[in-house]
Amino acid sequence: METKASHLRHALITVWTLAVVLFLYLPTIAITLASFTASRYFQFPIAEFGLEWWRKTFNSIEIRQLLSTSVTIALCVTVIAVSLAFFGAMAFARYDWRGRSFYQKLILLPIFFPQSVLGLALLLWFNALGLQLSWMTAVFAHLVWIVPVVTLVISIQVYSFDPALEEAAFDLGATRWQVLTQVTLPVLFPGLFSGALFAFLLSWGNFPLSLYTTGSDTTVPEYLYAKMVAGYTPGVPVLGTVSTIGAAILLVGGYGLILASRRARQSVSE
Amino acid sequence: MRRFADLGPGGKSALPVLLFLLAGFVAPLIAVVWFSFMPPRTFSLAAEPSLANYAAIFESTNYISFLWSLGLAALTVILLALICYPVAYGLVRVFGRWAMLLMLLFTIPLFVSENIRLYGWVLLLIKNGVVLGTLKSLFGAEYASILFTRSAILLGMVYVYLPFMLFPLTLGISMIPDEARDAAFDLGASRWQVFREIEIPLSMPGVVIGFLLTFVLAVGAITEAKVMGGQRIIPIAQDIEIAFTYSQNWPLGAALSVLLMLVVGILVLAALWRFDLDRFLGRK
Repeated sequence: METKASHLRHALITVWTLAVVLFLYLPTIAITLASFTASRYFQFPIAEFGLEWWRKTFNSIEIRQLLSTSVTIALCVTVIAVSLAFFGAMAFARYDWRGRSFYQKLILLPIFFPQSVLGLALLLWFNALGLQLSWMTAVFAHLVWIVPVVTLVISIQVYSFDPALEEAAFDLGATRWQVLTQVTLPVLFPGLFSGALFAFLLSWGNFPLSLYTTGSDTTVPEYLYAKMVAGYTPGVPVLGTVSTIGAAILLVGGYGLILASRRARQSVSE
Repeated sequence: MRRFADLGPGGKSALPVLLFLLAGFVAPLIAVVWFSFMPPRTFSLAAEPSLANYAAIFESTNYISFLWSLGLAALTVILLALICYPVAYGLVRVFGRWAMLLMLLFTIPLFVSENIRLYGWVLLLIKNGVVLGTLKSLFGAEYASILFTRSAILLGMVYVYLPFMLFPLTLGISMIPDEARDAAFDLGASRWQVFREIEIPLSMPGVVIGFLLTFVLAVGAITEAKVMGGQRIIPIAQDIEIAFTYSQNWPLGAALSVLLMLVVGILVLAALWRFDLDRFLGRK
């Protein structure tokens, strides 16, 4: 057919996509550059490079405290979200039951909801219950949004799960627990792993929910926000760079692991 | 206990998530609605209900914030549709093996706090920043910065919500069967006709989800205006935040939230209610 026109179209699409990727990463590049400035104020082109601000940031006790709060919250969110969402995803995609269609829509609602308003609604709710705000209420707040996301992520894997595997194991005399730990969980592992990755990273990067629900505890995104509103300090680009690179490493490493295990399994079955 | 046994495996598996969402999503929203009927500036839920907050909103200038938020969100959605459709099309039909890597590249920024990424734009666009500083040192030319203008807010919103449009569109376009396109071409359809009469209708579920998700998130946007807009516009979410924090008027904030939830809720329920999620997510 009209191959020349379609070649041109494909070339245009490629150029456009690369432009969008660049657009997406421009701010990250700017932040990384700024973190290596030696001077107190950011000016471009950078007159002098240095690692001084990196050292200062990592020697600060305050920053270590922030990192540990953020990691604690993200780890708690990951464990709880994956356990809840595993069952949630089975109900979403594996079983056919009466309220399923309604349930599927209910799960989506917290995702289709402005997060700042959700954060304030939770603040009001915690107050009405008389709860003291701390990193623990923030875990709960993150979960309201992250459990639905993780349920969807795991559901995609569950859709391709063959229920006959479970039935075969039951026929061979396996107990319910054996089926769960030796059939269902291993088969669904890539989905659970992606879900855990999503949960950790979404919690780690969340700002609007943390803002209203952490009380006197502070997470990294909250701290950065307070600093960037109050005026420039080179610690902001340093932490921003750490946050970005950390997310990238976790994600690339995580998907590398999934691909490697899939490949290993394929070569075994061949 | 008999009841629980009757639920069956599906209902039992759904129970933990349902209970959690009841306590963490439905109950807080009911609390917000209830609070919106409390007298202004109270912090208790036990007072005599009144409509004073809603009356105050209709007499105030809050509608300006509402209009700005809705207008900016609509513009964001339109721009993102134009930006993302070719990329999504490329991810499904053009890039082949590279699509995986590109998807990963589009995913990474999602996990970095939006305020950090917006701050990157501040460094790029500020006077003596990356863009203007480079122009100055190369050509000696000085330009006005677009930072702290309304266009900067729009730029920030388009930037932050891009993945939320891109991923649903990609999923939608991957639902178009090759046979349908080939058949249309064989019957003599032009490229434009195939786009309009085959590709758009068949990718509609993804288009709807993408539009809805970006619109809803953009209506609630607040950081973009604060970090990049220099308070040039006060979006509705910020009005709500001000009521809850600085002015300590929780019932007013709750009433504003209810109005925003109504707009969002009606849109979401209308679009999602008859949506077949199994087809959208489960297809292999």
